[in-house]
Amino acid sequence: MTEPVIFEHSRPGRRAFAQAPAGDDEIPIPDHLRRRERPRLPEVSELQTVRHFTRLSQMNFSIDTHFYPLGSCTMKYNPRACNQLAMLPGFLGRHPLGPASSGQGFMECMFELQEILKAVTGMQAVSLTPMAGAQGEFAGVAMIRAYHHARGDTARNEIIVPDAAHGTNPATATMCGCKVIEIPTQDDGDVDMDALKSVLGPNTAGIMLTNPSTVGVFERNILEISDLVHEAGGLLYYDGANLNAILGKARPGDMGFDVIHMNLHKTFSTPHGGGGPGSGAVGVGERLAPFIPIPVVGRSDGVYRWMDEKDFPQSIGRLSAFAGNAGVLLRAYVYARMLGREGMARVADYATLNANYVAARMSDAGFDLAYPDRRASHEFIVTLKQQARDLGVTAMDFAKRLLDYGFHAPTTYFPLLVPECLLIEPTETEAKETLDGFVEAMVSILGEARKDAGTLKEAPYTTPVRRLDDVRAARQLDVAWKPASQT
Amino acid sequence: MSDIPGDLKFTKSHEWIREEDDGKVVVGITDHAQAALGDLVFVEPPEVGSEVAVGEACAVVESVKAASDVYSPVSGEVVEANEALADSPELVNQDPYGDGWIMRIELSDASELDRLMDANSYEATLED
Repeated sequence: MTEPVIFEHSRPGRRAFAQAPAGDDEIPIPDHLRRRERPRLPEVSELQTVRHFTRLSQMNFSIDTHFYPLGSCTMKYNPRACNQLAMLPGFLGRHPLGPASSGQGFMECMFELQEILKAVTGMQAVSLTPMAGAQGEFAGVAMIRAYHHARGDTARNEIIVPDAAHGTNPATATMCGCKVIEIPTQDDGDVDMDALKSVLGPNTAGIMLTNPSTVGVFERNILEISDLVHEAGGLLYYDGANLNAILGKARPGDMGFDVIHMNLHKTFSTPHGGGGPGSGAVGVGERLAPFIPIPVVGRSDGVYRWMDEKDFPQSIGRLSAFAGNAGVLLRAYVYARMLGREGMARVADYATLNANYVAARMSDAGFDLAYPDRRASHEFIVTLKQQARDLGVTAMDFAKRLLDYGFHAPTTYFPLLVPECLLIEPTETEAKETLDGFVEAMVSILGEARKDAGTLKEAPYTTPVRRLDDVRAARQLDVAWKPASQT
Repeated sequence: MSDIPGDLKFTKSHEWIREEDDGKVVVGITDHAQAALGDLVFVEPPEVGSEVAVGEACAVVESVKAASDVYSPVSGEVVEANEALADSPELVNQDPYGDGWIMRIELSDASELDRLMDANSYEATLED
């Protein structure tokens, strides 16, 4: 099945009247600003447009159509109620440049979301303004830098990052002008404490940790790590990628973290992964509260207002044009309100239960867990090192074949320290039958690999495009499409 | 089995080092490393003239699976970088010990070479 790009459906003069502009004359654009040539837009009928995008959506793997156990991505169900309430006309029609008095309902929601996030993470203040996880990370490390500089402690430019970390962690530290100090992970998945002690010192700005970590286990020495880093004068940054595992159960603030970014598009279930923009809200403890990115919603005498540089003169500044992705934040707010405190703890319960159930079934079926002695958090790692050696099939071959069975592939080849790995995160929203179906597919694929490895090498067979040449795509990156008349 | 030439020295982090007669060394990544990474799509060699220290990340190799740092096995000044890799990163896959070399370093402390592994010790680290 193929689908031409929409420009290939285009014929001169064809119109979709529902989308046609009302007429040029009504808009007073000065002559010198008017374009001389018509923009190159597709000229298609409404029906063609509907069919085109419907067909594209049918060719896609999405959370609405398939199980999507992509590790460290928390691809959970996005409740329709969140969507419906965020699209109330009062929210949709609000102009971000309008006065605060005309947006009190929206601001109340944002204020309450800040309060909910503070309570569930154990932080003192929250800013919703970062537009995505990476920007939340940037805000976090920028605040750590600002804190040290405000104290005249300008030599602290080293950020410690375990080798299991998300790639964004060292990238963030580098973007903030810090030097990255990598420390190893032990065979049991915990941070190597001796290595940590050996790199702590007067240049330590902080440490970036994900807990549970990217190898899917809870960092058991977190309180000792916190004491050591604080004694050395550094601060602790919590990467919220895996917050789903501990939601309502344990709080980063209680573990000693000074700053956390939360991927509301993961843990708070707003559409992501091509389905929508992100939100990387940040929470801070007492030390970093003065440096929080603005604006923040404040309340006095029952009236909500935007707090800015006058309230936070030491703020690291603005990270988005207004205050983050308003529609995403509203969806996260509705989600949080629907869950309530008890519901949040159930998220963690079932995310953990589902991961451990799939891990146990896969282990029984002959797959090797990367950390067999540890209880999984919300995700776990299978290593196909043995299958790669004995059968000549790779983690990527398994991932591609899974598509034919109707499952999105787990995360492959991450974290880097586990060879031939699949990082599997089922999330709390899946039924047991779906989890069983996934395990049975993996077992069936293993059987195919034993019979004829070639079956896996050629997969997928049933998708609109077969296996892509990802090497050539990366080496000769060319994503621009031009109409035939221009090529 | 991966190819491990007997006349080179190695690091635990899978760099190889060839000593030249004039106090310089050539550095690349091993056959094992290139096989583990898979087809490379990008190599970022260090800047010529930059100073590197032992164990410092000084170059990046990127495959479709992963981006990985290359650590300097010795201290010194980078006197040459393999410019051919900009257009042909696949040279590292095809010929890791030859045309796929990454950088040439002028040593500041020749005794550091004694701390590197020979082929036998490196081979032993690959068996687990």
